Amino acid sequence: MSHDWISAELGAFLDAEFSPDLSLVEWRRRLVSAGWAAPAWPAAYFGRDFSQAEALVVSQIFAERRIVGAAQVGPRRLAAETILAHGTPEQKQRYLPKILTGEHAWCQLFSEPGSGSDLAGASTRADRKTDHWLINGQKVWNTSAHHADFGILVARSNWDLPKHQGLSYFLIDMRQPGVEVRPLKQMNGHASFNEVFLTDARVPLDDLVGDEGQGWAVATTTLSIERQGFARGRSQGAPAAASAGRVYEELARELEIDNEPYTWYPQREGRPDLILQRAQETGAIENDAVRQEIAKLFCLTEAARISAGQVSAHQKSGGQGMLPAGSIGKLGASVIARKAAHVHTMISGASAMLSGPHSAVDGIIAETLISVPAISIAGGTDEIQRNIIAERVLGMPKEQRMDTGPFRDIPRNGH
Amino acid sequence: MQAVLSDDQVQFKQVVHRFFDTHSSTTAVRQLAETETGFDPLVWSQLSETLGLPGTHLSEQYGGHGFGPVELGIILEEMGRTLYCGPFFSSAVMAGYALELFADEAAKIQRLPQIADGSIRATLILDDLNQPSQVGRLIEANQVGALTGSAPIVLDGCSADVFIIVAREDSGLGLYALAANAQGVEVLAQESIDMTRKVARVSLHQSAGTRIGTVTQKALNRFWDLVSVALAHEMIGGAARLLDETVEYTKGRYQFGRPIGSFQALKHRCADLLMSLEFAKAATHHAGFCLAASDQETVYPSMAKAMAADCFMDMARAAIQLRGGIGFTWENDTHLWFKRAKCDEVLLGAPHRHRARMIDILQETQHVA
Ligand SMILES: Cc1cc2nc3c(=O)[nH]c(=O)nc-3n(C[C@H](O)[C@H](O)[C@H](O)COP(=O)(O)OP(=O)(O)OC[C@H]3O[C@@H](n4cnc5c(N)ncnc54)[C@H](O)[C@@H]3O)c2cc1C
Repeated sequence: MSHDWISAELGAFLDAEFSPDLSLVEWRRRLVSAGWAAPAWPAAYFGRDFSQAEALVVSQIFAERRIVGAAQVGPRRLAAETILAHGTPEQKQRYLPKILTGEHAWCQLFSEPGSGSDLAGASTRADRKTDHWLINGQKVWNTSAHHADFGILVARSNWDLPKHQGLSYFLIDMRQPGVEVRPLKQMNGHASFNEVFLTDARVPLDDLVGDEGQGWAVATTTLSIERQGFARGRSQGAPAAASAGRVYEELARELEIDNEPYTWYPQREGRPDLILQRAQETGAIENDAVRQEIAKLFCLTEAARISAGQVSAHQKSGGQGMLPAGSIGKLGASVIARKAAHVHTMISGASAMLSGPHSAVDGIIAETLISVPAISIAGGTDEIQRNIIAERVLGMPKEQRMDTGPFRDIPRNGH
Repeated sequence: MQAVLSDDQVQFKQVVHRFFDTHSSTTAVRQLAETETGFDPLVWSQLSETLGLPGTHLSEQYGGHGFGPVELGIILEEMGRTLYCGPFFSSAVMAGYALELFADEAAKIQRLPQIADGSIRATLILDDLNQPSQVGRLIEANQVGALTGSAPIVLDGCSADVFIIVAREDSGLGLYALAANAQGVEVLAQESIDMTRKVARVSLHQSAGTRIGTVTQKALNRFWDLVSVALAHEMIGGAARLLDETVEYTKGRYQFGRPIGSFQALKHRCADLLMSLEFAKAATHHAGFCLAASDQETVYPSMAKAMAADCFMDMARAAIQLRGGIGFTWENDTHLWFKRAKCDEVLLGAPHRHRARMIDILQETQHVA
């Protein structure tokens, strides 16, 4: 589809349908029915079968005309893409539209106190009853679970099979008595993740994704989408800047809630974007040692950006290798964040000690220095990314496994 | 020159170790971090009166115990290990050394005994904490000793009784004393990344200071070396604690059916960290021995500060990383050391400044091979 065609088609739709006085949900429902909310999705499911490049044209037009698009923030995308890939037609019909309209917020319920890197070691129980699944256990580090209506959940439905084969993947309603969400404070003072306690929580039989026992394969899809997100950096789906009208007011309110857990996310990436200006303003740029470090950082950020562009061009042209590209990009993001924090420290000198609103860049630099440790842990640690790269990209021999037998016999924390 | 601790020094270390184990638990550290002054007066008077710690490195004729940088280092290593919260570094180390090195005889006789016995808590106001050559740019003294200007970061500025101040004069730098509650003094608490060490911004507006000494560049350099090495001891103490606890953690945490410490990636990282720690310790202890042995300027103090800072930061990063998600939480204690490491890294000069200074000294003494 040519740019002009998209532009004419979309233009006509917007002229006819968009009004700033619509409610946010009503507007997005129109977008969804016309396939403009997620044009890269299949035409059968609320999309238009567009390529990434075509979808980009659409979002550019949205931005130019200050049109509000589909809801973006948070783990919604992880849920949506996973349901698209593995869900039943009914699940797609039931869940995808409300993800796009923003009526439902989602969270990821994967990690547990006893299984983080070893996600397949999950020990939350899923017991099949006549008309539902009964879920018992504890999840942890669940970002924005405190705002979520639904969760994507990995739980163990069989304890006698080897661990990867006993997992199932569920869509769980967070607004039920058996689900308790408790916030966890982080070292940077924010509380964007939570502990989630599941006590006789229920999941309808229909909300199993994939077959029973196929949870690991489904989770792998979610994880690779998540890693790609790290490599790309966060796109907040840049909303139309404050304009007058109901739809904008409701969007502002939605973003305030949706973005709350993520205000510090740019900081965990190290804020390399602030380096050059700060180095100039403080005069640190005159120092030879600082100059060298800035140049090294620049090499990393530029190479990561160029490489990500090449990877996505390669994928568009039908090339393979989504997973390792994600891992390399994610590892790169960690290296960049650490380096940027180091350079910010050099630039600040002793004043790097200070934090709060009266310190450098309104406290943003201090927040950066105490937030970067997250990026090499969240979404799979650096060590795990290295294992993936070594084993799946380089094809190096796997470590001898010690967790191959029936799950109930595997040594784990407290057993 | 000394190469290892003497028996007496080892014994002293054990006493100090026990004291801070008892009196600076992480529970206590967390409580004090939430307070404004950031220290427990009872523990302060115990460590002053029972152990006499603040006077350790100060001369006997001024009420001190006449030991030196090595014994002081022992104390700071233990303080770093337990993240002791209190005005020891600001009063005994910074103000104490400043008086020893810069003050007139009369001022030493008058002021050092109270610092040595802990009855007065002083802090040193330096308007630059990056490098000695920059000191004196912001605070100025006029002919009659009126002080004007400000220092962005003063350790324990909110709780000190007395300010010792280095200020610019017509020619060179002078040392001044000023009561914390004197007229024209404005003290503003600042938030620090490290909640376990309180800092303030101090502004002076024509405050009437008492001139108590002259600060030569040479003496200022010597001072900088002494306090940097003291701080390096704090850093290696903190780093050693982190390594111990991190290694312990990797033995008990299971993933993939085995302790995470059995993964070679983590073993190698810990082994590298131990090497880095052993080198930083060697450099720091050696710097202490050098300072104790002679007034001669050497590369070792800056080398110690740079290596200890890099080691402590690397260690702190690894301590979080090897714990995974739990390491990033507030509830877990690791971030307390991480934040101390970040602040110690830049206090008295970030590593790149100390490395630059090493090269200057090497060139001057023509030791470049
Ligand atoms: C900010 C943040 C947000 C998060 N959001 C979410 C969320 O929304 N949903 C969710 O489910 N989870 C979330 N997580 C959890 C995250 O995915 C886990 O913390 C991470 O996977 C590590 O697991 P763990 O914490 O149990 O650490 P562990 O797995 O115990 O790891 C401890 C250490 O052992 C190392 N290690 C483990 N296995 C190996 C191996 N085979 N080889 C070498 N080293 C190894 C690790 O790399 C790490 O250094 C979040 C975490 C953070 C920090």
